[in-house]
Amino acid sequence: MKPPALRDWMPSNRTLAVAPPFLWLALFLLVPFLLVLKISFAELQFGIPPYTALAEFKDEAIQFSLHLRGYILLFTDSLYLATYLNSLKMAAITTVCCVLIGYPMAYYIARSSPAVRNVLLLGVILPFWTSLLLRVYAWVGILRNDGLLNKLLMGLGIISSPLEIYRTDLAVYIGLVYAYLPFFILPLYANLVKMDLRLLEAAYDLGARPWQAFWRITVPLSRPGVIAGAMLVFIPSVGEYVIPEMLGGADTLMMGRVMWNEFFNNADWPMASAVTCVMVLLLLVPLALFQYNQVRQEEAARGARA
Amino acid sequence: MSDSRYAAQHAADPDEFVRVSDLVKIFGDVVAVKSVNLAVRRNEIFALLGSSGCGKSTLLRMLAGFEEATSGQIMLDGEDITAVPPYRRPVNMMFQSYALFPHMTVEANVAFGLKQEGVDRAEIHDRVFEALDLVQMAGYSRRKPHQLSGGQQQRVALARSLVKRPKLLLLDEPMSALDKQIRQKTQIELAKILQQVGVTCIMVTHDQEEAMTMAHRLAVMTEGQIVQCGTPQDVYAFPNSRFVAGFIGSTNLLTGTIVVDEPDHVAIECAELTRPLYVSHGVSEPLGMEVHVSIRPERLVVSRTQPQGEYNWAHGMVSHMAWMGSYALYQVRLDSGKVVEASVPSLQLAQIDAPGIDEEIFVSWDADSATVLAS
Repeated sequence: MKPPALRDWMPSNRTLAVAPPFLWLALFLLVPFLLVLKISFAELQFGIPPYTALAEFKDEAIQFSLHLRGYILLFTDSLYLATYLNSLKMAAITTVCCVLIGYPMAYYIARSSPAVRNVLLLGVILPFWTSLLLRVYAWVGILRNDGLLNKLLMGLGIISSPLEIYRTDLAVYIGLVYAYLPFFILPLYANLVKMDLRLLEAAYDLGARPWQAFWRITVPLSRPGVIAGAMLVFIPSVGEYVIPEMLGGADTLMMGRVMWNEFFNNADWPMASAVTCVMVLLLLVPLALFQYNQVRQEEAARGARA
Repeated sequence: MSDSRYAAQHAADPDEFVRVSDLVKIFGDVVAVKSVNLAVRRNEIFALLGSSGCGKSTLLRMLAGFEEATSGQIMLDGEDITAVPPYRRPVNMMFQSYALFPHMTVEANVAFGLKQEGVDRAEIHDRVFEALDLVQMAGYSRRKPHQLSGGQQQRVALARSLVKRPKLLLLDEPMSALDKQIRQKTQIELAKILQQVGVTCIMVTHDQEEAMTMAHRLAVMTEGQIVQCGTPQDVYAFPNSRFVAGFIGSTNLLTGTIVVDEPDHVAIECAELTRPLYVSHGVSEPLGMEVHVSIRPERLVVSRTQPQGEYNWAHGMVSHMAWMGSYALYQVRLDSGKVVEASVPSLQLAQIDAPGIDEEIFVSWDADSATVLAS
């Protein structure tokens, strides 16, 4: 047998290509998450850092202590559960609104002539040129009791007293839908624009009216785009902090705010970490599995074609 | 001009099923279809033949209802369907790329049209499998389109377009997505199925062999107009223009002036030939007029000895020869410098001891082999 050549020890090209993003994710996603996971099992203490170590050398023994205070509190104090459910609810409603508003927009853009399409797409992307914080501040200015919206409606005589939107859940919904709508439109647009329009002609030819063809051909074929867009809206919405903080009322319970409070107001790092870990596990794990399954299905379809 | 003559000639055809009258389609400032007249008979396979951009696809799309006619009329089975939207026309189309719905199984694809019609479930099932049986795809009913080969997809597309029993079936370049090897076999199969079902069919193709294999009649289109219409045999044997002669098969085009014009023959003086041309059909053109004459390569007879007679032969030299198996293709440089093509069957080739390059030969042809072209 030949002695193993140097080449056999070298990583393959495929490994080299995958390595940078893989390392990036490991370094900036996995490692921080493991740190947070570690802190979530620690005990609160005064000092720097404000939590105990997991392993301690004492009396000639290494003692591991996993403190479950955070997790126990999480499942016993109904406030946390309510917050978690409310975050999911708000993210879900935001997602549904984005689907209802974003689908017609993406559809319209995808079916426009290429020149018009680019202008419209620019319109969707343009808000990203300003920071989210500024844009949410703008909404404060619009929605406040003495804000632009109320001034306009009162000026027109439609209402006599200002609408109380600012510092309510409605304002949070407006902010969330506004901020995340482009994330829904863009992947859906990418899907719709590459759809083969002859399929619609085939459907008309076989007796489908335009709306029937839309419902039975366009909608099912755009499902991957809708799912991708919905996930891009739903996942960050659950943990959103800035928008509920700036537009929501004191009673708007959202995960992001609870985390902020535990970290910065209560300085309870283990508790904040536990909140985070539970959220990540309950939210991302099912979505990751779903995504994995989706990709596998697509690959199976592609493999069969080849 | 030939269109209106054709229309007048067939105005009272009792078998006429589809009639297209003065159909025009203008996109912006481009005239895609200029005043097309067409009559297709019941249960006929009719081919629209032309190169890309000749307007044949636009004409087909107007028949399907995807394009609105700028002016003109389309009658189907005595009914004016010019303004009927595609989903209400008793017309189905097999698309060039098949346009099978990728998210549906073969069965669901074929059932789609019947579901839209509101046919009840048991009947849908029966008719879907009847159609799939017809194209021998019943065993693949649970597959998705991407799990099928090109030929299988085509058969599913055919089943889908036949299952609604359309009055008129449209085929858009039916073979273009298939490999060359299976094309001819598929053409014959497809023509057989259409015959079996007994459906009136208009197909669009740029492939003259495909049109000649499948169609009962064909129309040659160029620049948005039909230039000639007839059976494949007629159009091949008697092309009416240089364009058609060159488009359908290959041909030798000669230019000359009419010196004798009788009802049953014409004689044409042709500088490119050793002897004048004698054509056994009359033309209604004045003496002395310059005309073009088409002679098909397979009508030219190659010989080593000088032909008898004072007409219809020429002397030349073999400039190129290609051996095609069942026949040989000769390029002969005539004394005038004009190069003509002659295809010589292998049997005859052996009899004349296969002349090689630069050998002197004679080409000759019968009086009924040449066609005087009107334009």
